[in-house]
Amino acid sequence: MAQKKIQLDTSAKKTWCPGCSNFGILATLKKVINNLHQRGTAMEDIVLVSGIGCSSKIIDYLGLNSFSSLHGRPLVSGEGIKLGNKKLTVIVLAGDGGMYNEGIAHLVHAAKRNVDITLLVHNNRNFALTTSQFTATSPQGFKGGSSPEGSVEEPLNPLALMLSAQASFIGRGYSFRLEGLEQLINKAVRHQGFSFIDILQPCITFFDTTDSYNKRVYAMEEKDLTDEKKALAKIKEWDYQDEKANIPLGIFYKQERPVYENMLLKDLSFSRGDKKINFKKILKEI
Amino acid sequence: MKNDYSILIGGAAGQGSRKAALIIAKLLSSFGYQIFIYDEYQSLIRGGHSFSHIRATKGKALSHREKIDFLLALDKETIDRHAQHLDKEGIIIYNSDKASLQRKQSVAIAIDSIASEYKADKIMANTALVAGFGKTVGIDWPSLKKLFKQEFKRFQDLNLKIARASFEATEQLITIKKLNQKAKPLLTGNQAIALGAVKAGLNLYIAYPMTPATGILHCLAAKRKDLQVAVSQLENEIAVINAAIGSAYAGARTMVGSSGGGFALMTEALSLAAQSEIPIVIVESQRMSPGSGVPTYNGQGDLLFSLAAGHGDIIRFVVAPGDAEEAFYWSGKLLNLSWQYQTPSILLVDKEVSESTFSFDESLLAQVRYEKAILRQDKKKEYLRYRDTTTGISPLAFPGEKNIQVKANSYEHDQAGLTVEEGEKVAVMQAKRLRKFQAMEKAVSQMDAVNVFGDKQSDKALIAWGSTKGPAKEAAEQLGLRMVQPVVLEPFPAKAMARALAGVKKIALAETNGLAQLGEVLARFGITVDKKILKYDARPFLPEEIKRELNRF
Ligand SMILES: Cc1ncc(C[n+]2csc(CCOP(=O)(O)OP(=O)(O)O)c2C)c(N)n1
Repeated sequence: MAQKKIQLDTSAKKTWCPGCSNFGILATLKKVINNLHQRGTAMEDIVLVSGIGCSSKIIDYLGLNSFSSLHGRPLVSGEGIKLGNKKLTVIVLAGDGGMYNEGIAHLVHAAKRNVDITLLVHNNRNFALTTSQFTATSPQGFKGGSSPEGSVEEPLNPLALMLSAQASFIGRGYSFRLEGLEQLINKAVRHQGFSFIDILQPCITFFDTTDSYNKRVYAMEEKDLTDEKKALAKIKEWDYQDEKANIPLGIFYKQERPVYENMLLKDLSFSRGDKKINFKKILKEI
Repeated sequence: MKNDYSILIGGAAGQGSRKAALIIAKLLSSFGYQIFIYDEYQSLIRGGHSFSHIRATKGKALSHREKIDFLLALDKETIDRHAQHLDKEGIIIYNSDKASLQRKQSVAIAIDSIASEYKADKIMANTALVAGFGKTVGIDWPSLKKLFKQEFKRFQDLNLKIARASFEATEQLITIKKLNQKAKPLLTGNQAIALGAVKAGLNLYIAYPMTPATGILHCLAAKRKDLQVAVSQLENEIAVINAAIGSAYAGARTMVGSSGGGFALMTEALSLAAQSEIPIVIVESQRMSPGSGVPTYNGQGDLLFSLAAGHGDIIRFVVAPGDAEEAFYWSGKLLNLSWQYQTPSILLVDKEVSESTFSFDESLLAQVRYEKAILRQDKKKEYLRYRDTTTGISPLAFPGEKNIQVKANSYEHDQAGLTVEEGEKVAVMQAKRLRKFQAMEKAVSQMDAVNVFGDKQSDKALIAWGSTKGPAKEAAEQLGLRMVQPVVLEPFPAKAMARALAGVKKIALAETNGLAQLGEVLARFGITVDKKILKYDARPFLPEEIKRELNRF
């Protein structure tokens, strides 16, 4: 039975730059949520978690449970939410600065642990909200407030990092290819385990890569998704530096692995109230 | 009749001195003595020197003392280091395979030879030393045998053979009498903290290993099913605290633990918890700092840090229990308080409380239970996570509840949890939190936040906090002074302190740090200290040391 379309707007005023590519992600996310709802997920069981940055403002614009965490920390906040109540569907939204700079340790470990969370990185390849400095995925030579002569560091390929950290779902989307993005996020949310999506999200004010991306992006075929070697080859087609290389979009890698919280919470049930435990016996044992 | 024994057992790391001490402590506990064990060990895995100092008394003792009645030496270094502290009548029981002594009151046992005779692992020589001690002080073989059977599930026969051989080879010199008192269970402070929190409904403990807080992690991990607590070790302390805040947001009672360095990493999120009003208990078990300090040794240098940690205009509960019983009670109480006031709280202990072993009064179990937080009641009313109430406390709800949205926010927010920047709205939310801080202050004023011991009429008072309570209390009782221990340190129980100090003309203060940090706090509340007794050699105070300092006080 088809459910009614859910209205997700809030009273919060949107403070992104006019024309910001985050608007597209917001619209897509609404569709994804509606999709989830159609498939039977209760609205109250969805939690959005964000960090701090332009991208992270998104949770104020969605009428759902949400937790605005610290810069760099939303992923690990989300992991905690899953430990606190593993029935919840957790979607984490973060900027590249937050995820690939400030909080990169959490990214590696969440992937390795395989927590059942979907992470969407709004990758505008600069710290936008702090008026543009280079991040881990800015190209070498990036000119920003802290690197007026061009940054000297080479960029990191976050997908390669995720593959080596054993992320069980690795994808890339683009904020100006919204249909593909919606399909991709739908699949990521349905995947049981850690789903990582790097969303290319041109910053139209500080680092507008739109024209360049438009020429180079293409949708990959979905095949051999469990083949690590092939995934790596695809991931290496573009290194976040080369301005000529084609940029594949879609799923690079997908593998079923046991989920962290299911293992960690095995044999346990969380209750509110006094526990029925024989403390005198425990005192004897320890 | 003597009823206060001091027993030191030492050796190289890996020789099993701690296990031996625990067995002896259990033996004396079964004789009705109350136990305190101080463990000193170095930051290494094999070699070096470590020792355990047992105090077995008729009344309650909460510290070890200078004079030793029995020195049990697994190696020569133990004798070299500690023989100077032997009481005149003191007895040395030693490993004659590693040392030889001419001293009159000494018992030589070839414990290494006994172990190798039975082709046992070297570490089992400690069994021989314990059995030799038992014989020396007149403990009968059946009692010893029973205990060894309990203590050794692996290699039980072998241990019993070694014990028996040593028992046979040793002569009885004195008799430790049984007391007509019930044996109490023995518990480390860390175990007490773990159990107290579970009693108050702990669902999840998250940590990254750091001495001296690691014992909580190990205790809960070992008993996770029995205690129905999930235990998670994450990549660093920043992850630990942020995940904990996440799980509390989702409705799970969560606690984290570390020492000063790890706690320092948690401070940004401490502020987040205060701002987003998410309940969380942080156990801060101090060790000697600054920096990496003296990792396995004691210090009380993080008081001011705990009070000030976290950016912004915030307060939090800070409670510093002074022994295992207080640690049990306050660990549970603090978890309840955190949830009732939706605030971060710090349980400030130290190595001496965390890792020492104490006799534990089981009747305390009944004093800690799950206490409800203020939850959303009216299911028809619109839910606002940060509803502006008169008490400043907004009813809690959790994601998963039908028809509502729970929006928690680290940015300043409106009642619904949406980000705001307008001056008026910012001030409303800050004022709401300030009212809550007042409610927290009021709550403290209704608790037993300050303890008074010793001669309550004396016009001279000794103030101490945390683990210094033990030696300070003992010194004060012997000198006929009043001893005052503030247990809650924020919100500071100013009125209760004033009551505790009523009629006092002269105040001394003892703490194991160099800056007299509690002295700083007392000064803020107009309490002037006449004499500061400070110790900063990474060791706890001994009662004798405090007494000497107070001789002419
Ligand atoms: C601990 C901490 N450091 C620095 C900041 C300042 N800060 C706020 S947003 C931001 C950059 C955000 O960049 P990114 O995560 O890429 O998001 P974007 O704004 O580009 O969407 C920084 C550095 C902060 N809020 N917290």
